[in-house]
Amino acid sequence: MIVPNLHEIVVEAPDVATSVKPGQFVIVRADDTGERCPLSVADYDPEKGTVTSIFQEVGETTSKLALVNPGETIPTYAGPLGVETELGEFGTVVMIGGCYGIGSIYPIGKALKEMGNHVIVIIEARSNFLVYWADRHRDYADKVHVISRDGTIGHKGHVTGIPDILNREGEKADRVIANGCTFMMKRIADLTRPMGIRTIVSMNPIMIDGTGMCGVCRLTVDGETKFACVDGPDFDAHLIDWEEFLQRRKTYNEEETEPLRRSGSGISHTCMSCS
Amino acid sequence: MAEEKKKKKKINPNRIPMPKQTPEERVRNFNEVALGFTAELAMMEAARCLQCKKPLCVQGCPVEVNIPGFIGKIAEGDFKGAAGELKSKNALPAVCGRVCPQEEQCEKLCILGKKMEPVAIGRLERFTADYEAQQGTVEYPKIPKKTGKKVAVIGSGPAGITVAADLAALGHEIVMYEALHEPGGVLMYGIPEFRLPKQIVGREMQYVQDLGVELILNYIIGKTRTIDSILEEFDAVFVGSGAGLPWFLGIPGENLNGVYSANEYLTRVNLMKGYTFPEHDTPIKRPHKVTVVGGGNVAMDSARTALRLGADESHIVYRRSREELPARLEEVENAEEEGVIFDFLTLPKRCVGNEQGWLIGLECVKMELGEPDDSGRRRPVEIPNSTFLLECDAMVAAIGNSPNPLIPQTTQGLEIGRKGNIEAEEETGKTSLDKVWAGGDVVTGAATVIMAMGAGRIAARSMHEYLAGK
Repeated sequence: MIVPNLHEIVVEAPDVATSVKPGQFVIVRADDTGERCPLSVADYDPEKGTVTSIFQEVGETTSKLALVNPGETIPTYAGPLGVETELGEFGTVVMIGGCYGIGSIYPIGKALKEMGNHVIVIIEARSNFLVYWADRHRDYADKVHVISRDGTIGHKGHVTGIPDILNREGEKADRVIANGCTFMMKRIADLTRPMGIRTIVSMNPIMIDGTGMCGVCRLTVDGETKFACVDGPDFDAHLIDWEEFLQRRKTYNEEETEPLRRSGSGISHTCMSCS
Repeated sequence: MAEEKKKKKKINPNRIPMPKQTPEERVRNFNEVALGFTAELAMMEAARCLQCKKPLCVQGCPVEVNIPGFIGKIAEGDFKGAAGELKSKNALPAVCGRVCPQEEQCEKLCILGKKMEPVAIGRLERFTADYEAQQGTVEYPKIPKKTGKKVAVIGSGPAGITVAADLAALGHEIVMYEALHEPGGVLMYGIPEFRLPKQIVGREMQYVQDLGVELILNYIIGKTRTIDSILEEFDAVFVGSGAGLPWFLGIPGENLNGVYSANEYLTRVNLMKGYTFPEHDTPIKRPHKVTVVGGGNVAMDSARTALRLGADESHIVYRRSREELPARLEEVENAEEEGVIFDFLTLPKRCVGNEQGWLIGLECVKMELGEPDDSGRRRPVEIPNSTFLLECDAMVAAIGNSPNPLIPQTTQGLEIGRKGNIEAEEETGKTSLDKVWAGGDVVTGAATVIMAMGAGRIAARSMHEYLAGK
């Protein structure tokens, strides 16, 4: 656990480490009866053959993953999946990360900086004890801002305060890339839509195979059905049917919370509205 | 002489029926419906075979099993010999005996079938494979000297398994890559436990691995590694990645909660064992009234699975009539016995949902049959003003699949057809890329297990010719 309810997992998977690109994900199973669960990739080392993910503990599978000890093995670690994030010389790119997204924007931000972009990283969290990897981002980014709801670190407020922060600094975004919980990404989309700034988000629907085989990860983008696992996970935030997406994500809420109640695991995380 | 003539005249005009679980019993469990012949029943059925000098049945078999050959041995009580004969041509007899549409293939051409019921070839194939496995006397072909050639097989479904088994038996080194965490492809994720027990799939996979084939799971060619990279390490590659891209109807409301592709529905139940939730973590809903749109084997599997998950009603919604159903006849009959309701000449136009985003019904129209279309089947035509609401809380789209796009999209120079399929020569399986062959659903679109195996056989022959010549 790197901050409450968020875990960092480093897996030795040389074949994945050598082919993974920023913005991709993997599908993991914690044990033989486990679900197939997608995890965004937050870092990787092709030489060591390792891949790192940050994940939030919200249910059975993530609870099991949280309990895997160093040196142990997991039966499935398949990837890299999804289309990598579009990289290019965009100018000023504002990277916004919340929850596990603080990790998954790291390889993207680094790569964009290497290509000569002016990179501003904004980390969003409820409170200062939920902020992680700020130093890692500072290592490459031109500027790192932190926003906390309770004001215990950085700027007080929500992501809705981002335009003011940027204006004060005289920054004008050419592109916005946001990773994190669905509600946060939707709010960013609503913010940038009237400003006409191209905004890319990494969608996190329910998945099973992750290879385009089942269609459970489907969402509507610009009126067309797309599969997040093979067409995404990145999509233009302004073209997504967010309501439908949030509705589809709730499909197994009942089943997902049942094991937690049974096991009495004390997780009272009510962020079903946010995850 | 006179005695022999008497013996011939005693042929039972009816086939020995397959012992089955009763419909009432079997809709409550996922156990195999068909219980299999005993040795006695098998010998009785085998005795019906005329042992034709010019058998037509063999021509109907995509992998050219010597049918009178293995059946003759059963009739003599030489079950071990029957197994040897069978397996010299078919690497997966326990699978084929269960899932082949024999009524369209070998049994359709059976000469006995002209005057009486055809020999139950499929049931005998199944018996032979199961008997050998039960006795624990599985025999392996003698593998010749290693050729030193290395072949990559992509996909561990029926096509890939056949190529791997055939080439391994010829002394080549085989590595089979599988994207999922269990091998078998549709055998594992698509065909339900009650038609094809996964233990049997496991057994057949073990046989292939015992031939020396290396199986690597959770490895996605096209993502983890591309074909271009694979070609640097291997002498030849076979692509059998299947038709794993589901078709949806394209009607409004299809993204409502409660609407599934058949792939999702069956994968949750078969591969992820959702029917044992919470013992296995993957959840599955247990809707009360399920509609399955489609008329093939996948549709039957979905509708029968719904009953086993406790649905009060399970419907097949099909736009043509019973005669046009492409599903295997035995599965249609099993579905009818189990109480699946067939809504023929019905076409869904819209998925209707409630305010919370859940499916509550399908708005459908009635159809009538007009002139035949390209497939030769009569084209269904909408009857005006026939709209009605079919209430349901789940809809499964089982109208077909396209080839999975991961390899077509990530392989340079691989010619792809209009439907996303890999173009391959029918006689050899060769693709437009040097050293790359393909077969099965990724070439033809969704078809059958045995056709994939037939394509695998053809490709393996061509690949061996190429490798031997190098």
